[in-house]
Amino acid sequence: MMLEHILVLSAYLFSIGIYGLITSRNMVRALMCLELILNAVNINFLKGNIFSIFVIAIAAAEASIGSAIVSSIYRNRKSTRINQSTLLNK
Amino acid sequence: MILSVLSSLVLVSGLMVVRAKNPVHSVLFPILVFCDTSGLLLLLGLDFSAMIFPVVHIGAIAVSFLFVVMMFHIQIAEIHEEVLRYLPVSGIIGLIFWWEMFFILDNETIPLLPTQRNTTSLRYTVYAVKVRSWTNLETLGNLLYTYYFVWFLVPSLILLVAMIGAIVLTMHRTTHGAVKRQDVFRRNAISFRRTIMRRTTDPITR
Repeated sequence: MMLEHILVLSAYLFSIGIYGLITSRNMVRALMCLELILNAVNINFLKGNIFSIFVIAIAAAEASIGSAIVSSIYRNRKSTRINQSTLLNK
Repeated sequence: MILSVLSSLVLVSGLMVVRAKNPVHSVLFPILVFCDTSGLLLLLGLDFSAMIFPVVHIGAIAVSFLFVVMMFHIQIAEIHEEVLRYLPVSGIIGLIFWWEMFFILDNETIPLLPTQRNTTSLRYTVYAVKVRSWTNLETLGNLLYTYYFVWFLVPSLILLVAMIGAIVLTMHRTTHGAVKRQDVFRRNAISFRRTIMRRTTDPITR
C-alpha cells in the first residue's frame, strides 16, 4: 500500500516537473523543476536502494554545473529569460 | 494518516513550484518537497536515505540555488499570458500519457488505480531479518565498499569534475590578474626552522 502510493507520487512529481521545465520562462525555475524531476526518479528507484545514492550525487553535480551556467549567462546578458537566446536565428 | 499528510504536502508543494509568482518562492517550495520526501522515506523504512536526503538535497543543492537566486535581480511578476496557449494540444498529449500509463502499470502492484480487479497482494515474512537484522547502512556498506567499489569511486570523480567545471565556468576575466597563485619552487625552498618561532609568552591569556 505504501509502495504504490510512493510510485504514483513519483509519477505525479515527474509530470509536474516536466510541465514546469517546459513552460517556465525563468531559468532558475527551470532548474528547480529539473531537481523535482530528479527527486521523483530518486523516489522511484528506492525499491533497490543502492542506486538512489548515485542519483543524489549526480543531482548535486548537475545542480552545481547548472547554477554556474545560469550565473554566467546572467552575467553576460543581464536577464534570465529562456527565450532570449535567438542569436542562431540571424 | 501521516502518509496522506506528507503526500498531500508533496503534491501541493510540487504544484506551487511551477505556479509561484516570485522566483524565490519557486526555490523555497522544493525545500518543502525534499522534507516531505525524506519523511516518506522514513515511512518506507529506509532510514539512511531519509537522512541523506535533507543533508544533500536541502543543505547543498537548495542552498546553492538560493545563492544563485539571491544574487540576481529577477523580475518578480511574470506575465502569464502564454500559459494557456499550449493547453489544448498539451492537455491531449498529457491525457494520452496518463492513459498509456494505465496499460503499463500492473494491477497487482498498484491496487488503488481504477484498473484493479479484486486481487489481494501476498504478504510474506522474511525470516532472515529475525536472525540478525542489518541496518540500512550496513547493507549499503557491505555492497558498496567491497564488490561495487568502482561504482563508489566514479561518482566521486564526477563530483570532482563538477566542482572544477563550476569554478572554470564562473571565473571571468577580471579575476585572472587577481587570482593568487603559489610559486612552487619558493614553496619548496622554505625551511621550517627559519619560519616557525616559539613563543614564550601568550599575549591573549595571561
